Amino acid sequence: MEMINLTIDNKPVVVPYGTTILKAASGIGIDIPTLCYMKLDDMNIENKPGGCRVCVVEVKGRRNLSPACCTEVTEGMEVETHTIRAVNARRTVVELILSDHPADCLICAKSGNCDLQDMAHHLGVRKIHYEGEKSMYREDTSPAIIREIDKCIMCRRCETMCNDVQTVGVLSAVNRGFHAVVAPAFEMNLDHSVCTYCGQCVAVCPTGALTEVDETGAVIRALSDPTKTVIVQTAPAVRAALGEEFGMEAGTLVTGKMVAALRRLGFNYVFDTDFAADLTIMEEGTELLTRLSAFIAGDKKVKLPILTSCCPAWVKFFEHSFPELKDIPSTARSPQQMFGSIAKTYFADKIEVKRENLVVVSIMPCVAKKYESSRPEFSVNGNPDVDFALTTRELARLIKLGNIDFKALPNEDFDQPLGESTGAAVIFGTTGGVIEAAVRTAYEIFTGKPLPRLDFEELRGMDGLRKATIDFNGTPIHIGIAHGLGNARKLLEEIQAGKSEFHAIEIMSCPGGCIGGGGQPYHHGDAEILKKRQRAIYSEDTNKTIRKSHENPYITKLYEEFLGAPNSEKSHHLLHTKYFDRS
Amino acid sequence: MPGIKLSEKTIGQIKTICSDFGNQGSELINVLHQVQGKLGYLPAEVQEVIAKELNISVAKVYGVVTFYSYFTMIPLGEFPISICMGTACYVRGSEQVLAEFKRQLKVEVGQSTPDGQFSLNCLRCVGACGLAPVVMVGEKVFGRVSPQMVKNIIADYKEGTAGEAKSA
Ligand code: SF4
Ligand code: SF4
Ligand code: SF4
Ligand code: FES
Ligand code: FES
Repeated sequence: MEMINLTIDNKPVVVPYGTTILKAASGIGIDIPTLCYMKLDDMNIENKPGGCRVCVVEVKGRRNLSPACCTEVTEGMEVETHTIRAVNARRTVVELILSDHPADCLICAKSGNCDLQDMAHHLGVRKIHYEGEKSMYREDTSPAIIREIDKCIMCRRCETMCNDVQTVGVLSAVNRGFHAVVAPAFEMNLDHSVCTYCGQCVAVCPTGALTEVDETGAVIRALSDPTKTVIVQTAPAVRAALGEEFGMEAGTLVTGKMVAALRRLGFNYVFDTDFAADLTIMEEGTELLTRLSAFIAGDKKVKLPILTSCCPAWVKFFEHSFPELKDIPSTARSPQQMFGSIAKTYFADKIEVKRENLVVVSIMPCVAKKYESSRPEFSVNGNPDVDFALTTRELARLIKLGNIDFKALPNEDFDQPLGESTGAAVIFGTTGGVIEAAVRTAYEIFTGKPLPRLDFEELRGMDGLRKATIDFNGTPIHIGIAHGLGNARKLLEEIQAGKSEFHAIEIMSCPGGCIGGGGQPYHHGDAEILKKRQRAIYSEDTNKTIRKSHENPYITKLYEEFLGAPNSEKSHHLLHTKYFDRS
Repeated sequence: MPGIKLSEKTIGQIKTICSDFGNQGSELINVLHQVQGKLGYLPAEVQEVIAKELNISVAKVYGVVTFYSYFTMIPLGEFPISICMGTACYVRGSEQVLAEFKRQLKVEVGQSTPDGQFSLNCLRCVGACGLAPVVMVGEKVFGRVSPQMVKNIIADYKEGTAGEAKSA
C-alpha cells in the first residue's frame, strides 16, 4: 500500500493513500469538527456529501480552505486545522445555517441532543450576523415520525440511511438553492410513501428535523386516570441502552432500575416484552418445525425459507416491495403485539378489568412499533391491543419529568405472570438473537434431545449478512441472517430467483438489530456504542438460569390455562396475523 | 395533484427511451430530457414509470426533476409565456412584468391556466438584451415590455389573432 507523508498542525503523520485529512487527523488525536459527515465503522455506512463546510482546514499552498472530511491527503501536504481563518470560516458557516433556522432550541424535541446546537456552542457563536428570509415548510406527521423540515440543514444523512443502507428510497434531496429540502417523491407525506418507519433517518438526523411522534403526554394522562389500569411492557433492547440517557456508560444493563422507575411512574404492573418473545418462539418455532418436517417428508408445496416477522419495518418493507413473497414470513405476530393480545384477554380476565379500562403501554427501541400498534388488524372493536408505544428516549423523558433519580434507584423485579422470561428472549434485541432463540427451542423439539450447548457463536456478530449451518442431529439446517433492509433485500432477491439455500432467515431492519433501533438513545455515529449494547444483551442471557423459551414456566402455564397448544386455533386467532399487498 | 392515466402507447414510448439509454440510472438526466421532449412535461405518473425502468427510487427522479428548472411537471399551455429574468431584463423591470402576468392570468410561475391556454415560466438571459425586458410567447419574442402591455399581449392570443406587428 502506498503511504503518504504529511504534517497536520506541524505533527508528521504517515497514512495510506486515499486517507482523508479528517481521518489522518483523528489518528493523531486532532479533532476537526464535522456536521454533515457521518461514518459508522464496521457497517460500511458513510455519508460525506461535503456540503456543510464546517470541517474546513488550511492547506499550505491552496488558496481556498479545504473540507477535511472529503479531501484526500497528498505527499508533503501541510495542514493547519485551527488557524483563525479556518475557525472564522467555520463560525460563518454555522451562522449562515442558523440564519435560516427556527430558533426553537428551548422547545425543540432534539434540544440537548442536537449536533447543530452543539456546534454553535462549540464554536462560541453568540450572534448571528446575517439576516435573511427563513424557509417555511409544512410539518408532516405520520403514525411514527414527524418531519419538521424547517429544521433541515441538508446534511443528507437521512438520505444515505434511507437509500444506501435501507434501500427503501423514500427520501431524496429535492428543489434547488434556498428551497432545497429532503423529502419523499412529489413531497407527499410520509404516510403515503413506501416508508417503513424503521426510523434510521431519525436516528442519524443531527437536528430536530426528524423526530418520533411523542406520546408521553397521552401516557401521563392515562396514568393519572383513576378508572384505568395501566400496564407496561419493555422490549429487550431498551435495558441495554436506557442508562445512556442518564449519563451511564454505553452497554450498562439497567433492567432492575428500569423496572423500579416504571413502578415509580405509577404503572400498575410492570411486565416484560421478553415474556412475549418466549411466546413468539413457541409459535414461530412450531411453525418452522411444521414446515420443515413437511419439507423433509417431500412435500413440494411447503414454503421455505421461513422468515422471522418480529420487525414491523421489515413487514412493511416486504408488503410494499416483495408482496409476491408474503406467504413466506412466519405468521407469528411480533412480541409487542402478542403481549398486547394476551394482556387484553388472558390477563384482563385474571384481574377482572374490562378491556376498555386496561391500557397497555410498551417501551420500545423502535419508532416502527408506533406504526405497528396502529395497524387496524391489531385492534378489537376499535380498541388497540397496544395503546401507546414509547421509544427508549421517550421513557427517559418520562423518568426525567417524574423527577426520578434514575442512577440511585434500587434494582427491582418484573411483576408476574407476564414478566418472567428466559435468556432466549432477551437476545431478541440484537441481530442474530431471534434465530438463536428459535434454534434453542426447535432443536430440542425436533431431535427430542437436550442441546449440547447453548451459545451459537456462529449466529452472532455484526456483519450485515451472515449464514450458518446448524446440525439438528444429522439434519443440516441452513440459516441466514440479515440486518439493515439493504441486506434483507439481497436475501429476498435470492428467494425470488429460486436460489435461496436457507431453511430459515432472520431479518431485522435496523443496523445491529433493535439495539440500533430508531428509538434508542442517539449514538451520534459511534458504532462502538452498538457493540457495547450487544455485549450487554448477551451477558443478560448468560446470567439467566433458564435460557430456552420452552422452559419458561409461565409460558407453559399460559398454554395450559388458556391457549391449549402452540399453533392451536386460539393461538392462531390471538397470536398470528396476515400480510397485505401494498405495492 | 390530479392523477392522470397514461396510455399504453405513452408508457411504451417512455420504456423505449429508457432502454435506448440501457436502463441505466446514471442516464436519468438524458432520459428525462428525451421524455420531456416527447411528452412536453413530466407528470408524477411518468416519473414513476421512469423510476421503475431505471431501477431507482421515485424520490430520486423527483429530486432531479425539481433540481433543474428546465424540467417541468406541468403541461405547457397552448401559449407558453416565458419572462426573461436575466440581469439586463431584471434591471429594466421584468419583475413587474412578471407580477402583472401573474395577476392577469391568476397563476404562479410554473403553472398553467385552468383552460390550458397559457402557462407561465421564467428564463435566464435569452440573448436579446438590447430588447430588455423580453417576454416570449412560444417562439415569438416581445421586446421592451411594460406592465401596461401585458393585458394586450394576453388579449391578442385569447382572440387567436397573435399579433404579427407587436414584436419590436
Ligand atoms: S423511516 Fe426508514 S424507510 Fe422511512 S424515510 Fe426514514 S429511513 Fe426511510
Ligand atoms: S432531515 Fe435531518 S438528516 Fe435529513 S438532511 Fe435534513 S438535517 Fe440532515
Ligand atoms: S430492527 Fe427492531 S428497532 Fe429496528 S425497526 Fe425492526 S423492530 Fe424496530
Ligand atoms: S463535515 Fe465536511 S463538509 Fe460537512
Ligand atoms: S437579460 Fe433578458 S435577454 Fe439578456
